[in-house]
Amino acid sequence: MTTFTKDAVEKLSASLNEPAWMLEFRLKAFEIYEATPMPTTKDEAWRRTNLRQLNFDEFGPSINGDAATDAVIPSYLGEQLTTDKAGGNLLQIDGVTKKYNLSDELKAQGVIFCDMHEAVAQHPDLIKQYFMTKGVQVTEGKFAALHGAFWCGGTFLYVPKNVKADAPMHSVLWSENGRTFTHTLAVVETGAEAILMDEYASAEGEVPGLHNGVIELLVGDNASLVYAGLQDFGQNVWQFNHERGRVGRDGKLDWVTSIMGTRLTKAFQTLELDQQGAWGRMSGIFFTNGRQHLDMDTEQIHNAGDTVSDLLYKGALKEKSRVVWQGMIKALPGSQRIDGFQANRNLMLDKTARADSIPGLEIEADDVRCTHASAVGKLDEEELFYLMSRGIPRKTAVEMSVQGFFDPLMRRIPYEGIQERIFGRIVEKIG
Amino acid sequence: MSIALEIKNLHASIGEQPILKGIDLLVKQGEIHALMGPNGSGKSTLAYTLAGHPAYEPTAGQVIFGGEDLLEMEADERSRAGLFLAFQYPAAVPGVTLAKFLRQTINSRRQAENPEDKGISIPAFRRLLTEKMDMLGIDHKFAGRYLNEGFSGGEKKRVEILQMATVEPKIAIMDETDSGLDIDALRIVSEGAMRLYREMNMGALVITHYQRILDYIKPDYVHIMMDGRIVESGGPDLALKLEEHGYDWLREKHGVVEEA
Repeated sequence: MTTFTKDAVEKLSASLNEPAWMLEFRLKAFEIYEATPMPTTKDEAWRRTNLRQLNFDEFGPSINGDAATDAVIPSYLGEQLTTDKAGGNLLQIDGVTKKYNLSDELKAQGVIFCDMHEAVAQHPDLIKQYFMTKGVQVTEGKFAALHGAFWCGGTFLYVPKNVKADAPMHSVLWSENGRTFTHTLAVVETGAEAILMDEYASAEGEVPGLHNGVIELLVGDNASLVYAGLQDFGQNVWQFNHERGRVGRDGKLDWVTSIMGTRLTKAFQTLELDQQGAWGRMSGIFFTNGRQHLDMDTEQIHNAGDTVSDLLYKGALKEKSRVVWQGMIKALPGSQRIDGFQANRNLMLDKTARADSIPGLEIEADDVRCTHASAVGKLDEEELFYLMSRGIPRKTAVEMSVQGFFDPLMRRIPYEGIQERIFGRIVEKIG
Repeated sequence: MSIALEIKNLHASIGEQPILKGIDLLVKQGEIHALMGPNGSGKSTLAYTLAGHPAYEPTAGQVIFGGEDLLEMEADERSRAGLFLAFQYPAAVPGVTLAKFLRQTINSRRQAENPEDKGISIPAFRRLLTEKMDMLGIDHKFAGRYLNEGFSGGEKKRVEILQMATVEPKIAIMDETDSGLDIDALRIVSEGAMRLYREMNMGALVITHYQRILDYIKPDYVHIMMDGRIVESGGPDLALKLEEHGYDWLREKHGVVEEA
């Protein structure tokens, strides 16, 4: 019996008291969802990720209001990121806001930072304009359509023209019921600047859970966004994400992804450099162990000349985990003088783990510089001996070496407290 | 308590290849020993074997350090017991800053004593680091750089001595610390090392090809190694004699065939 039904869409929308236009949006997405077959390993993008073990219908949608009120979440989540500057904080459990604040300074500057449902109610014009219109489209795949129909919870950030938000926005999306459909939409208008950190997490659980998320990062002309999406779900969660950043003329998007959790993750991440002078950097940090399966499809699309994209994804793999990274740099005809770089480096901590790196280029312009690199390595025994020769026990030496592998990327996460927390998780996973 | 490094009839191999063929040497705290010898005589093998490199396998003999069997200890235990090796070619450790690394060398010592120890405080560590860096003329900016990554030969050697100053060993082995250094760097590094030896009453085994470093680090004893054995021991004069006459007289005297 299927749980993702038209009835369920209507019930979800009603429970959220949504306006008719959003229900209509959901129903259209649902039609596409129904018309789209479940991907199989015969589909190119899914060749290395098999969903046979996924009993999809056992999840069902997350209906508003069924969030556990007595959820125990780690105390550090939802804390202010800096001691000197108050920005915005948002904590949601199963898509329902539990804690929220935004500094008076940011409010006075016209910054909007709230949960997505609040945004639908209070800022319908902005949502109609930007929600799954410019970033991720519901037609991109089965899971993009599913999301369009059943999205619930998530983060909305809007920074008006020329506003420089000098304190970070921090959003925590905790899952308790194992049915998570978060939507992040960040719109940074011309000349504006912002920092947004999204943390997705849940406790370890026995029952399989689902995260079907969308992230849309829209950076205007001369605007700048630093975005970090940090995922640490329990290893019972199956994750299917569509994520897209777009950058306008001379705009900048600094996009960091950290993946520690889930049983299986399939993520489509696309960076589009739309206008001359756009710059985008994608940094990936991941550590898999046990039987975790992580499959990332990245695209760097140069839609205009004089654009720069720089992707570096680094991962450590243990035990029987598997990581697939498939990257593509595309340059449209006429996108001259572009500079595109992509690299994937994996550190194999066990022989039983497996990593596939598949870089790709589709270049239709002639004056370009596009390079890619991928490398697989092991811990360097000379390095470990050197550390040990100074009195550092082997276990600590291994931890330092693995942390060192990630350090240059970790520094791209703007807050040391969060860096330390992820390093802590890495040390835990080294075991 | 004064500690000694006592090497008795040490044999060691790399893979199937025997390199050390019976080394006997006693280095006490407060003494400086120079170890000289032609390329391939086994000097660096001795250094690595003593430090506990996994590729160097002791096959016979004994090494007693502070009354304990050194060869039974892991590399990190040897270091915490007070043995230090200044590497000829220090490894780069990408992603680990010099400051983080040095702090961990201190904390690993404290935590070996007391597992509950929270480690040296950041202000105390900063003071210590600044003082030691100034002594060796190391730019403070190095603290934030990744260990040995992109360091010049001279910078690496200075940082080796900085590590020695931080962990305060009882006995130090310096493996060709003079190689690749210009005359100014050699002076700074050797004077820094010499000062530490004296201040901390360290013992030292200084491995070198050249008399030059011994102008700054004055040895009490000089040993000559050939073909995996110490063939001649004497006072500082021996190093000067070697500088003047080369190794041929020793090869003749001890019947060592020069390697092609």
